[in-house]
Amino acid sequence: MSAPAVHSLWTTTAADSIGTIPSPHIEYGQISPVLIVAGAAMVGVLFEAFVPRKARYYAQVILAVLGLAAAFAAVVALAADGYGSASKAHIAAEGAVAVDGPALFLQGTILLTAVVAIFTFAERRLDPAAGSHRVDSFAAQGAAMPGSDAEKAAVRAGFTTTEVFPLSLFAVAGMLVFPAANDLLTLFVALEVLSLPLYLLCALARRKRLISQEAAVKYFLLGAFSSAFLLFGVALLYGYSGSVTYARIAEVVDGTVQNVDPALAGTMGNDALLLIGAALVIMGLLFKVGAVPFHMWTPDVYQGAPTPVTGFMAAATKVAAFGALLRLLYVVLPGLTWDWRPVMWGVAIITMIGGAIVAITQTDIKRLLAYSSIAHAGFILAGVIAASPNGISSVLFYLAAYSFVTVGAFAVVTLVRDAGGEATHLSKWAGLGRRSPLVAAVFAVFLLAFAGIPLTSGFAGKFAVFKAAAAGGAVPLVIIGVISSAIAAFFYIRVIVLMFFSEPRPDGPTVAVPSPLTMVTIGVGVAVVLVFGIAPQYFLDLAGQAGTFAR
Amino acid sequence: MNPVYYLYLASLLFTIGAAGVLIRRNAIVVFMCVELMLNACNLAFVAFSRLHGNLDGQIIAFFTMVVAAAEVVVGLAIIVSMFRARHSASVDDASLMKL
Repeated sequence: MSAPAVHSLWTTTAADSIGTIPSPHIEYGQISPVLIVAGAAMVGVLFEAFVPRKARYYAQVILAVLGLAAAFAAVVALAADGYGSASKAHIAAEGAVAVDGPALFLQGTILLTAVVAIFTFAERRLDPAAGSHRVDSFAAQGAAMPGSDAEKAAVRAGFTTTEVFPLSLFAVAGMLVFPAANDLLTLFVALEVLSLPLYLLCALARRKRLISQEAAVKYFLLGAFSSAFLLFGVALLYGYSGSVTYARIAEVVDGTVQNVDPALAGTMGNDALLLIGAALVIMGLLFKVGAVPFHMWTPDVYQGAPTPVTGFMAAATKVAAFGALLRLLYVVLPGLTWDWRPVMWGVAIITMIGGAIVAITQTDIKRLLAYSSIAHAGFILAGVIAASPNGISSVLFYLAAYSFVTVGAFAVVTLVRDAGGEATHLSKWAGLGRRSPLVAAVFAVFLLAFAGIPLTSGFAGKFAVFKAAAAGGAVPLVIIGVISSAIAAFFYIRVIVLMFFSEPRPDGPTVAVPSPLTMVTIGVGVAVVLVFGIAPQYFLDLAGQAGTFAR
Repeated sequence: MNPVYYLYLASLLFTIGAAGVLIRRNAIVVFMCVELMLNACNLAFVAFSRLHGNLDGQIIAFFTMVVAAAEVVVGLAIIVSMFRARHSASVDDASLMKL
C-alpha cells in the first residue's frame, strides 16, 4: 500500500462528514463468567479501601467465594444453553473470545479449583495466633521488611494481607479468558492479567519471607522474559497474516484466504515470519505450562511461594495455559501440524523423562511436587500431540482430574508443621503415618493418583491421553510415557514408604488440625481421586461432548 | 521507505534485550532489558501495521504500553522489596534455594 493511502487511513476521515461510529456488539451474557469474577475482584479492591480492618477478612472471603460460585453458575447456565455443543458454539465479543465446549469446560474447572484454593487461602488455624489475632499463611504486611520493627508491629497489631483475595480473583479472571481467547491480542492481555497477580501472591508468605521474595523475583523476571517472547511471536504472526484473529491467521496459514492484497501476498510467502512467530508464541505458552526447556522457574517458585498459592498456581495456571495451547495448535496452526508435531514430540519426551528423573533426587516435598507437575505437563502434552478430537477431550479430562488433586496435595503440605512453619524437608516426613495415620493416608492417596495407579483419577487420565496419543500415531511417545510413569511411581512410592515404614523422628513435625475450610479442599481432592478413578465415564462423556473448538 | 528495515531494527533491539536479560546481573537492568524487548515488539507491530495498511498493529502497540506499565508497577514492587531485605538487587545473590 502506498504511503499516501496509508496516511489517509487516519487523516482523511476528518475531512469527510463523520458518521456515527457503530458501537461494538458485545454478548455480555456469554462472557458473564469473566465479567462476574473481574467485577468481584474490583469490589474486593473497594473493600480494602472502605471496610474496617476487622471485618475485611470475612467480607473478602465471602465475596471471593460468592463471585466464583456465581461465575460457575453462569458457566453451567451457558453449557446448559447448549453453547458447549458444536452446533451453537461461536465466537463472541467481536471475535475476541470463543464460547465453546473446551472454553466452558476449562472455565468451569478453573472456577471450581479456585474455590477450593481460596479455602486454603482463608485457612487461619494452622499458624499460631499472634496475640489474640488468628493469622493465615500470608505476610502481615507485604511492604514491611522481613525481621524489621515495622513487621513486628504489623504482626502485633494483627494485620493480615486480605489483598490476596482480590488478587487471586484478578488472576482467575485472566485464567478464564486465557483458554477462550480467540485473537492473539486477547491472548497476550489475558496472559498478563493472570500472571501479574500471581507474581505478587508469590512474594507474600508469612514464614520464610526472603525465600518467598526470591521466588517472586525469579517468577517475575522469567515470566516477563517469556511474555516478551510471546509478544514478539504475536508481532511476527501479525506481520505474516495482517491480522491477529485466530480464524484469519488459520486461513492465511492454510492458503484458503480470499481477497489477498499485495502486501499480504508479499508476507504470506515468507515462511520465516510464520515459523518463527509460531515458535515464539508456543514457547511463551510452554513456559506457563512448565514444559522442560522452559521449566527452570517451576521448582524455585513452587518451593518459595506460600503453599496455598503454590497449589492454586500449579492447578489453575496449568489448566488455563493448556487450554490456550490447545486452541492455538488446533485452531490457528492446524495447517502447520506437520511442523509443530515433531517439535512437540521432542518437548513432551524430555518433559516426561526430565521431570520424572530429576524428581527422584529431590529432598523437599514442595520441590518434589514441582518436578512431578513438570512430568505431568509432559503426559498432558502427549494428549495435545494426538491432534484429534479425542486428544482434546482427553486433555480436558486429565486437566480436570489433575487440578483438584494438586490443590489437595498442597493443602496437606500446609498441615505438616514444626516451629519454623511448614516442615517441607522430606526427612521430617519420616514416620508420619505412625503419628497421624489419617493425614498420611490422604497424602498417600494423592501420591498414588499422581503415580497413576488403577482405580485413581491419575490412571483414568493417563489412560485417556495415552490412548488418544496412540490412536494419533504417537506409539513411541506412549511407550516413553509409560516408562517415565514407572520412574515417577518410584519416587511417589518412596515417599509413601518413608511415611509408613520408617521410625518417626523425636523432633519430627506436628500435624496441625485445620478448620473445615482446608478439610473441604482435601476432601474434594480425595473425592475427585475416587470418583474419577472408579466411575470416570460421566466425566469422560462430558469432556467428549466439550471436545470441539469454535472457529 | 522499505518497512523491512524497521523489522531488522526491531529484531536487533529484541536480541539486544534478550541478551541483556541473560547477561546482566542487576534485577533492575534485567527488567529494563525486558522492557526493551517489549518496545522492540511495538516497533515490529507498527512497522507491520504500515506494511499491511490496517490499524490493528498500532492499537496493539497501545495495549503493549499499558501492559508494560502494569508490569513495571508489579515488578518494581517485588524488586524493591527484595532489595530492601537484602541490600542487593543482584540476581546472583538470590540463591537461597540452591541445593
